[in-house]
Amino acid sequence: MHIPDGFLDTKTWLALTAVSGTAIAVSLKQTGKTLGEKQIPMMGITAAFIFAAQMLNFPVAGGTSGHFMGGVLAAILLGPFTGILIMTTVLIIQCLIFQDGGVTALGASIFNMGIIGAFVGYYIYVILNKIIKGSKSIFINAFIASWMSIILAAAACSVELSISGTVPLKTSLIAMTGVHAIIGIGEGLITIAVLSFIKKVRPDLLELRHG
Amino acid sequence: MKKLIITGLFIAVAIAVFLSPLASSHPDGLEKVAEDKNFLQAAEEKEIIKAPVPDYSMPGIKNETAAGSVAGLVGTIIVFCIAYGTGLFLKKKAPSKVKRQTSK
Repeated sequence: MHIPDGFLDTKTWLALTAVSGTAIAVSLKQTGKTLGEKQIPMMGITAAFIFAAQMLNFPVAGGTSGHFMGGVLAAILLGPFTGILIMTTVLIIQCLIFQDGGVTALGASIFNMGIIGAFVGYYIYVILNKIIKGSKSIFINAFIASWMSIILAAAACSVELSISGTVPLKTSLIAMTGVHAIIGIGEGLITIAVLSFIKKVRPDLLELRHG
Repeated sequence: MKKLIITGLFIAVAIAVFLSPLASSHPDGLEKVAEDKNFLQAAEEKEIIKAPVPDYSMPGIKNETAAGSVAGLVGTIIVFCIAYGTGLFLKKKAPSKVKRQTSK
């Protein structure tokens, strides 16, 4: 879902760059306020893991592939603001060093995968935790929130493409959410796999969430 | 703490180096939609910058698998350092803030 240069028109990418820039500034402030000693290495590890895992494209239907996004995972582990910072770090490096996503579209990608993927996805998880309770509920809720984060990010991307005049909204919305409904299942499965691994080996790391 | 960093980083690096060659080379969701709905050409020759390691393949390494693994290794380490560094930087700035809050 890394948008290349050329897909978004100037007004759209400028507006999204401004929104994401503001969100990053707020996230830096919030993270700085609440960050503890223990969270710092986890910020590095989580970002490194998400970067590596995003390289693993898995095949989905019809000659298409998808890969892990990691927004909800980052936010569940470290909180929604730090989640935005982690996604931002990954996206900036992917863009500037690996030509994955355009420079002009970087703000849009941070909006889609950081603000929606991590922040909004996290609050879906929080709301679900109030509705669905039980011993396995964090995994069920993490799965649903991760799946939804992918759908919402794909929908946001469609809206951005249509505002830019690149493709009609209905066309892109159906195609993008359709394929990402499948990719989202992968997202959900990887998120629960990581959470259950951490719960088994270092359950204390599931208590680091802040801000 | 040291053990956590070593183990965590080891897992990330192992994924980037050893699993990335197994990744599907099919176009991703957005790329496929762009292909199907005929707007992929909107991005042609539009790159603003020329990134040093395009498409996760380290230039100068002939073996494709090795080029991908090295690119993954480098990227994982850089991302770790920046995210960790951001944390250290924010923490360093934090104590003064805490003081200010308590003195209010």
